[in-house]
Amino acid sequence: MGTTPNKIAADQKQSSQALVYLPLIAGWLVPGAGHFLLHKWGRGALLSASILGMFATGLAMQGKLYAGAHDILDILGLAGDLGNGLLYVVSQVLGLGADQVRVTTADYGTRFIVVAGLLNVIAAVDAHNLRTGRKA
Amino acid sequence: MTHFAAVLLFALFASVVFGITQRETPRKMVRYGIYCFVLFTGAAIALSWGMFWIGR
Repeated sequence: MGTTPNKIAADQKQSSQALVYLPLIAGWLVPGAGHFLLHKWGRGALLSASILGMFATGLAMQGKLYAGAHDILDILGLAGDLGNGLLYVVSQVLGLGADQVRVTTADYGTRFIVVAGLLNVIAAVDAHNLRTGRKA
Repeated sequence: MTHFAAVLLFALFASVVFGITQRETPRKMVRYGIYCFVLFTGAAIALSWGMFWIGR
């Protein structure tokens, strides 16, 4: 009988620890979602608009989505692109983005897409810090 | 899209994210966002003029 409250408390602690990472993962998969989960509506909307805007601008400039890694620069580009979470996956599935850089602006577009991914990672980590109380 | 428009858009989007994620209060977020935006665009303009004069 004495172990039941302890077991409930342990289960609650375990589920609470699992939920700690929910804003981080949600924020990575969907820009701004981590802040929305924490009811930071204004911050989430601004982050979402900025990251989506940067990603969309990159695609509009015929930026390239990295699909494979052939050298170190490709690996870094792919890592940046993966920071976009589901945006990257959906864009790959829909065949968006250029296969190769053909025009001058496409080079800038490729950087826009990579930086959007990096900014999304920063935003997801910020949501995690808000969740853990490291940031107010 | 011109290069300068691309610079402005890049600076705007990056500054918004930096402002929100690197500061705690809304007032400080706005100030830091503006600071980053000015640095981004200012550095781009200064470097552009530098390259222009080097290339002459």
